[in-house]
Amino acid sequence: MIPELGHFALIMALCMALVQAVFPLAGAARGSVAWMSLARPAARVQLVFLLIAFSALVHAFIVNDFSVAYVARNSNTMLPLIYRISAVWGAHEGSLLLWILILGLWTFAVTVFSRHLPEQFVARVLGVMGLVSIGFLLFILLTSNPFIRDAFPPPDGNDLNPLLQDLGLVIHPPMLYTGYVGFSVAFGFAIAALLGGKLDMAWARWSRPWTVMAWVFLTLGIALGSWWAYYELGWGGWWFWDPVENASFMPWLTGTALIHSLAATEKRGVFKNWTVLLAICAFSLSLLGTFLVRSGVLTSVHAFANDPARGVFILVLLGVVIGGSLALYAWRAPGTFISSSYGLFSREMFLLVNSTLLTVAMGTVLLGTIYPLIIETLGGKVSVGAPYFNSVFIPLMVPLVIVLGCGAWARWKSDAWDRQWQHLRFAVFGSLIIGVLLAAMLDGAGALRTALGVALASWIILSTGILFYTRTRSGPDLLTTLKTHPRSFYGMCLAHVGFAITIIGLVITSNYSTDLHKRMKPGARAELAGYTFELTDIHTITGPNYDATEAAIRVWRGGKIVTELHTQKRIYSVSDMPMTEAGIRPGLTRDLYVSLGEPLGNGEWSVRLYYKPFVRWLWLGALFMACGGVLAVSDRRYRQVRVQATDPQSVIDSGAAAKS
Amino acid sequence: MNPRRRKLMLSVTFIVLGMGVATALALKAFQQNLLYFYSPAQVAAGEAPTTRPFRIGGLVVAGSVKRDVESLAVRFVLTDTLQEISVDYKGILPDLFREGQGIVANGRLRPDGTFEASEVLAKHDENYMPPEVADALTAAGVQLPYRAKNTAP
Repeated sequence: MIPELGHFALIMALCMALVQAVFPLAGAARGSVAWMSLARPAARVQLVFLLIAFSALVHAFIVNDFSVAYVARNSNTMLPLIYRISAVWGAHEGSLLLWILILGLWTFAVTVFSRHLPEQFVARVLGVMGLVSIGFLLFILLTSNPFIRDAFPPPDGNDLNPLLQDLGLVIHPPMLYTGYVGFSVAFGFAIAALLGGKLDMAWARWSRPWTVMAWVFLTLGIALGSWWAYYELGWGGWWFWDPVENASFMPWLTGTALIHSLAATEKRGVFKNWTVLLAICAFSLSLLGTFLVRSGVLTSVHAFANDPARGVFILVLLGVVIGGSLALYAWRAPGTFISSSYGLFSREMFLLVNSTLLTVAMGTVLLGTIYPLIIETLGGKVSVGAPYFNSVFIPLMVPLVIVLGCGAWARWKSDAWDRQWQHLRFAVFGSLIIGVLLAAMLDGAGALRTALGVALASWIILSTGILFYTRTRSGPDLLTTLKTHPRSFYGMCLAHVGFAITIIGLVITSNYSTDLHKRMKPGARAELAGYTFELTDIHTITGPNYDATEAAIRVWRGGKIVTELHTQKRIYSVSDMPMTEAGIRPGLTRDLYVSLGEPLGNGEWSVRLYYKPFVRWLWLGALFMACGGVLAVSDRRYRQVRVQATDPQSVIDSGAAAKS
Repeated sequence: MNPRRRKLMLSVTFIVLGMGVATALALKAFQQNLLYFYSPAQVAAGEAPTTRPFRIGGLVVAGSVKRDVESLAVRFVLTDTLQEISVDYKGILPDLFREGQGIVANGRLRPDGTFEASEVLAKHDENYMPPEVADALTAAGVQLPYRAKNTAP
């Protein structure tokens, strides 16, 4: 009964989405206030129905209702409760339901935080988001209904893929989806602005916090995914240039370009066309990501479905969204692409270079990701490996980092080289010295690359530090001075430093990680990076839904015990699938990582031992970037637009907005 | 030239230059890093390159996995049911490497006709078969029973 209720709620949500899309858009075109005012209630009621549908599926998983085919395929009575809940989005149908629920939540957030916006504009934004919702609800109802019953329900379910039985999977997909779907808001704002023919600074101001928020979630989602792969796949890799990872990375790159371009549009009214195009691209790439992962075109860990009908549906959806919005863009976008209101040496120019580089980088990732698909449709078989991405992507990041340091410093409109040089020379010399010293001190094949990477990261940190210092040193006391700067400034500094931290982690762990594959039996020892690993014991244990062999490995350094690591080889009872659980000792400057291979007979096992310096910095940097984004969104100029009269700053800002 | 025109020219030049450099890098990296896939039958027919690495895939022949007693070296035989090829690998095999399982290996062909793998891949799903392997087997005329199981209703 409850699954049918969920199914019914989905149909009702579709009806609400139709109301939310048709009436407000028509009302905005005809100027009918009554029709436009339907947008908010329709969106909210739609969310209620989506919540009912989602809860119905969660309920089916909790009570082990195996008459629902989707539950039977992805859950099992032996599965612990938390994984039964996360199994809801462990496969194709449920993850789409999560996608649409998150879209409902974002839409709801827009209905709440848009009171200060013109009614017509909000109606258009919600209308466009309603259209997206219609597309996805139809997709679920027609091709991927999670509520379909099985006429002959099995007594017990299949298992959830053991790889996915992990805390990482409980949070990674919702986070990533929140980011993906969040770009639909930026998309809605862009389309609404195009429809209304008003691409102005106000539009940029309104869509900026939404875009940054989506970017924050996407950043966290990607970092979580990378961390999950690192500890769960059992061989210490954290980025594989796997098509599925690329699918999430491309919207991130475009989104990063977008938030920077939006800054220029908001402050100076430039790059309007470029910004709106980036907004369309970011959302289109999110859809493409969904398409790549969900259609089974790319078969990898993440590919849950193998049904071509779904692929065709998403392809059509993708065509309608991209084709439709680009057609609208061609029709409505203002003519001038490059405005003359800024000099060659200005923040605008640096931001333009930055977003061009990011877009080009995205293009190279896109090429490497879809090229094998194109070749395959032509009858060939080819794969593009990590070396391609590394050798193309990384060279593009070098100028990006250099420009970043200058751009954050440069003034709007026009700036002078000597003013910049006066301040930035310390950062230039500082990072050069760090680079040269490192190149001289380090040895090994990766010494030069590491020195270059750390020097670039130092350039970001030093230039940001100098910027921070010069901005905050004048004034009566530090606290008052700190308060005079907008939070978005601190957000920017924090995010840029986070980027530098990620770069440091990336170059050091890529160039100085060492590993050893070894035959070991209890009592055996191995040396790695100054640590002694001793296999002390191998025993079997029984988990809730698996049997495992566990190895205890004691790590020594200089005669002292550093830690004892436990690594398991699990065999999951229902699916009979083996899984490796790594034993990790995390640290700020290094991780010690062991994982059990396979039994080799005579009580011997193959064991992988890893020493991974600075690997945590990868995710720490992402955390900084996300915090920077949150700080920027909390800036009061996004919150206090309505009380303009009492806030001189916003009077100036809105005056500027009105002028354009 | 007025400043506006000049800026336009410069911006366009920059964008074109950036695209050009990126394309050049991409094409160069592409040439070096594209890995083509060959089935054991194609290798036996001499179609596979001898000078550059490529991918090979097939089913691991039951009983063919031989391990070295001292090291982690292992040798096994891959088949597409038409032809077989010996593969040498040194290291730890993936969790789902089993006899009878479809796997893919990256590496080079040795002059003696054996394959030296630098990487062995088996995907994390017992029902899953690498698409290249599935196609190679279909080409060899093998019915794939698990395809039905793969295609979820």
